[in-house]
Amino acid sequence: MMAGWLAAFVLVVPILSTGATTLAHGVPRLQGWLSLLGSYLLLVVSVALLVVVLRDGMVVLQSGNWAAPFGITFAVDSLGAVMTVIAAITGAACLTFGLGEIGEAERRAWFHPLSHVLLLGVCGAFLTGDLFNLYVWFEVMLIASFGLMTVGGTKAQIDGAVKYVALNLVATLMFLLAVALIYGLTGTLNFADIARSVPAVSNRGLLTAAATLLMAAFGMKAAVFPLFFWLPAAYHTPLVSVSAVFAGLLTKVGVYALIRAFTLLFTHDPGWTHTLLLWIAGLTMVTGVLGAAAQTEMRRILSWHIISQIGYMVMGLALATPLGLIGSVFYLVHHIIVKANLFLIAGVAARLTGSMELKRIGGLYRSAPWLGVLFFIPAFSLAGFPPLSGFWAKLVLVRAALEIGSWWIAAAALVTGLLTIYSMTKIWAEAFWKPHPAGESAARPLGEAPTVMLLPISALAAGTVVIGLFAQPFYVVAERAALELLDPASYIAAVLGGAR
Amino acid sequence: MSSLILRAGTRILAPMMIMLSLFLLWRGHNLPGGGFIGGLVATSAIALQGIAFGPASMRRTLVFSPAVIAGAGVLIAALSALPAALAGLPFFTGLWLKLDLGNGAVLPLSTPLLFDIGVYLTVIGGVCTLIAALEEEPALDDVETGG
Repeated sequence: MMAGWLAAFVLVVPILSTGATTLAHGVPRLQGWLSLLGSYLLLVVSVALLVVVLRDGMVVLQSGNWAAPFGITFAVDSLGAVMTVIAAITGAACLTFGLGEIGEAERRAWFHPLSHVLLLGVCGAFLTGDLFNLYVWFEVMLIASFGLMTVGGTKAQIDGAVKYVALNLVATLMFLLAVALIYGLTGTLNFADIARSVPAVSNRGLLTAAATLLMAAFGMKAAVFPLFFWLPAAYHTPLVSVSAVFAGLLTKVGVYALIRAFTLLFTHDPGWTHTLLLWIAGLTMVTGVLGAAAQTEMRRILSWHIISQIGYMVMGLALATPLGLIGSVFYLVHHIIVKANLFLIAGVAARLTGSMELKRIGGLYRSAPWLGVLFFIPAFSLAGFPPLSGFWAKLVLVRAALEIGSWWIAAAALVTGLLTIYSMTKIWAEAFWKPHPAGESAARPLGEAPTVMLLPISALAAGTVVIGLFAQPFYVVAERAALELLDPASYIAAVLGGAR
Repeated sequence: MSSLILRAGTRILAPMMIMLSLFLLWRGHNLPGGGFIGGLVATSAIALQGIAFGPASMRRTLVFSPAVIAGAGVLIAALSALPAALAGLPFFTGLWLKLDLGNGAVLPLSTPLLFDIGVYLTVIGGVCTLIAALEEEPALDDVETGG
């Protein structure tokens, strides 16, 4: 009971923050503080939920006291709880950063309420135990993200946002079609109930078709090959604090949905679904990293790297072994922290030098050496250097691939890692090492960046180092999440066998 | 727009639409209707007022800034989920309070109704924010200062 309320509060807190920041819209300072308070409160509640889940096992909430297949079910396993904590960390970091970045015009464009609606959608997607509710949370996210993308109101932002929304609506439509097919085949949309009904479905072909449609829908949200083209078109346009949340969280909700769908719901035909996922993973990694190599704008480079990294997470899922899923979960956690941080650092670098375009900036190593250190940590973690967090994530995944003899995917993962270093070195050489084209004084010292911007960057970088140096406890949690994913029977029992 | 017919018509229609919206809100729990549809009907009435008499009169009708109404609505809807905690029941469980008005008449009050009222206000506030933004675009700078 109490645990169920804790899960509910993960949703109630962002709703209250949305309402409170809307009411305080005319009082800028109060709105900023309420927004920040809300994001840290969400962090506290989600950490408490994770502690409870790790201590007592899965938390199931039947909202409205309606029993499982009929009501709105929230089912929180270790993966869901971990993802919620990471979402709250990203939200808190980016809203803190936002205090230094957004001006009065952006605030008036509803930056704070929309940010909390976005967090609500993300947390809802991680907690829900129902396919249709997952769709609803996706919509909540999409609406909020459309608003957030256009917060600055520039032409480029509206251009990016229109592409983003149009292509995401296509994914949404596929999602709905898949939902309809699955409902027609199984007569239910509750995750646990679908999982229970799938073995009894006689029309296997249609079931696989529905699963593939769902894969395409989630794949588009996750930006995998060949459905990633909306991401580089949109992610470099919004405010830095907005694009950092997007980069960290939004595609990962798609990955989470893929993991949920292809561990719990559709394991009836792995010869087709999981082989397809493995090919998608390999192609996503390679195209993403090659796309990044061709870019010269910091956030565009980083956006292409999101795509390439998504490939790693899907790879672990496609391998469908315990080690593979451990790798995927570990990678998700590591990636969200690192990627959000790189976007924030790019924002500070642009603020100190005047542009995101690598050709037009430089000299940061001389003017702001500590920013170099802060960049070095997530950048080399992304590339997989020991002892940073990315090294362990990649190590686990490559081992998982070698264990079952998928040599080519292991090779693809390693080559992608190598090419990632190339892109990171490019940003380093251009933004930090070479002198600023407009003269030495054009690169400003770090002291000119607001402290509220540097605090979240330092905290996230510290997190990356901690995960790298003390990987064992994180690995244990990832292992537990992976083992739960591979045991759908206990998920089904927890949801349908009476609420705790 | 300045039209005598529209203004005369609005004076009669708008109050009736508001009453209809409250009726829809009230019956919505078990019959077609509810906070969302009621809120939309109320918003239509307010929008009609705005078209007939200008955006300033729409703001006067609303009394509070639309943003405040929407924010209050979200808070009320969220709060309606919480009394279940005091009763030791799961999140969003509906609780009913049946007031005896005498003569066998019973007034049922419930947390679902509270939720619907929250939705009603959110819809009015949200849609009116959009309408106000479209109607008052040049003067966008001095709106939303009422909060």
